[in-house]
Amino acid sequence: MNPKTFAAFVGPSIVMMVLFIALPLASVLKQSFYVTQPVYEILEVETCTPTFTGQLCVKEIKTIPTIGDNGKVITQTSFVGFVNYQNVLELPRVINAFANNSWQQFMAIDFWRALRFTLSFTFITLPLVLFFGLVIALCINNVAKSIRGPVIFISLLPMIITPVIGALAIRWLFIGDGILTSFLEWWLVRDIAMFGQAWTIELMMMFYRVWHVAPFAAIVFYAALQTVNQDTLESAVIDGASRWQKLRYVILPHLMPLIVFVTLIHLMDAYRVFEEVIGFSSQAHVISLQWLTYDFLTSDLMGNRSIGRASASSMLTMIGIMLLLIPVLRGVWIDYKDKRL
Amino acid sequence: MKDINLIRQPIGLRFSSYFFLIFWCIVAAFPIFWITVISVKLPIDAFNSNPLNVIFGPVTLTQGKGLSFIDITVGLAIILFTAKLTTGWLGRRVNKYSPNGYLWFGWIIGSMAFGISFIVVFFAIMPSMLSVLNDYAGELGNNIIGFSTQHYSTVWFERDFINNFKNSLLVTTGVVTISLTFGTLAGYGLSRSGSNLAFWILIIALIFRALPHSVLVTGYLPFFINSAEILRPIFGDAAPTLYGMPWATIAVLVAINQPFTIWMLRSFFQSIPSELDEAARVDGCSHFQAFRRVIMPVMWPGVITTGLFSFLLAYNDFLVTSMLLEAQNTTMVPAIVSMFNMETTTTDQVVAVAAAVSIIAPLFFLVMFFQRQIVTGLTAGAVKG
Repeated sequence: MNPKTFAAFVGPSIVMMVLFIALPLASVLKQSFYVTQPVYEILEVETCTPTFTGQLCVKEIKTIPTIGDNGKVITQTSFVGFVNYQNVLELPRVINAFANNSWQQFMAIDFWRALRFTLSFTFITLPLVLFFGLVIALCINNVAKSIRGPVIFISLLPMIITPVIGALAIRWLFIGDGILTSFLEWWLVRDIAMFGQAWTIELMMMFYRVWHVAPFAAIVFYAALQTVNQDTLESAVIDGASRWQKLRYVILPHLMPLIVFVTLIHLMDAYRVFEEVIGFSSQAHVISLQWLTYDFLTSDLMGNRSIGRASASSMLTMIGIMLLLIPVLRGVWIDYKDKRL
Repeated sequence: MKDINLIRQPIGLRFSSYFFLIFWCIVAAFPIFWITVISVKLPIDAFNSNPLNVIFGPVTLTQGKGLSFIDITVGLAIILFTAKLTTGWLGRRVNKYSPNGYLWFGWIIGSMAFGISFIVVFFAIMPSMLSVLNDYAGELGNNIIGFSTQHYSTVWFERDFINNFKNSLLVTTGVVTISLTFGTLAGYGLSRSGSNLAFWILIIALIFRALPHSVLVTGYLPFFINSAEILRPIFGDAAPTLYGMPWATIAVLVAINQPFTIWMLRSFFQSIPSELDEAARVDGCSHFQAFRRVIMPVMWPGVITTGLFSFLLAYNDFLVTSMLLEAQNTTMVPAIVSMFNMETTTTDQVVAVAAAVSIIAPLFFLVMFFQRQIVTGLTAGAVKG
């Protein structure tokens, strides 16, 4: 295929991605160094209140936003350097917290709280997803062919369900005297408030995520199990390999590329954790990096959105995912070079 | 087919496999089953602490709203029969009646007709016939399980959910059509080019796939809100405010989805031997003609699968639609979030549950229709990519 035809085929999609992904990224980078604020003017206002003895007048100096001709508040945008980043990271408070040796103070800062949750969420769910995905796949592979279809059908349900609603469904099982909370209370003979503290909410969020993603891993692994080389397995049996050794030395190496694939996808998706915060309404206890940006972007009561801070936290979020993905992408690159040579 | 694995399986291992799968199926289906049960009960039953009361709904029953033994049997029979038809019969019909090369079109028409006729039979014909039948059946016709559709009618007619549904329909249709058009072209180009450039485009697409959506929304939002002023020099007074426009949201969702679409379609195109287009080229086709007349007709399973995933992305999205659309013309998922945030009474809560079930019901049928396509889609991206 010559370059011209290639461009004709790939062009529209590239233009789309440049226009709607690359340009917004550049604009986020730019915005993160600027702050847009309403222009304030300082006015001396005299307010008088009638009293029995005459008028009581108070002079006050007020700062109020300037209203432009079109009735909107005039805003001005100015370059502020790294101020937005400082506002998000709040380094003086971090240093202070470390000086006091206080984890609690450190966790009182939104960004670090969100980062802590996002990372622990990603790395705790990852092994669980891989493990349960593998176990479900091996089990499906072990049972009679006739019931595999229905089992796969049921397994697909948690995967394709709308994330917000999946989270809500789990929440409704636990909220108040929901069925599972009452069951736990009956079992442990004590009062349980699943939404009272951060760690139970985090537990439910992680449960939801594993429930949501394990089917994906299971189906990918199950498909790969169909292509395991039967001859290798046979010779392993002849050589006296135990069941565990067959799994360890024949099946797992065969699945390895797919384990890397599922890991890659899961790292990307779990790092974006957001719908759980909405579904469980956990913002008072637990927040994630994406939610932090979302919160900065949402307009407050005055109709202002802190775009600058949102951009700074976006950039930091993005740097985080890049750092996470570098090891995996390096693997892909080495693989590609090997193939070419 | 010799499967030594299966023959030498000790009983204990097989037994525990079955046991674990049963456990997994319960875990997988229970939350969905439970919200469906809650949604058809009156609030007193729905939030009862005794699970049996929630399932059978005695209070709902005393109000004369319920299902009899006959209702349940007939309903289940129709659902099972539909499931049976979708897995075999529908495919054969479509294959038989579709004009050559337009199989994908046949599938779209076929599944839509099938879906609509199911809705008509299940929600219109069946209830009226059953109510007559119940009167004659005596003991079997008595209600045994509480069942009330009142929350659904509240959601759909009083809360104007139908409006959100239309918006969802608009956004998903737009996203699926546009991203497939752009994606098939790019996927084909990338699969037939071994150049370094193609490799780098794919890697950059992979990095774009990793971007959290909030990052992109941060980029769009200021521009969308002020677009009327920014675009005035180009479009004059006709410059639109993009904020709140469904088609602007469609463009954003298409772009977000594009990296994934390209990857998936590329791996489908790679599974089509390139000898096929070479043969077409020898016969005098240009690249584009070969693509359109030779490759596309054998590509439809891949296109349908990728379309399904684009559909899921657009349908399930919360972040982008809630940020870029206004509250009045938003899609279903943001609408339900605001619904359950302002819920005050228990009735409101059950109404929110009914809305949630309404949103996932189409997804349930989607899996029923397209189970095989979804499974191949998940594995195609993985195994070959």
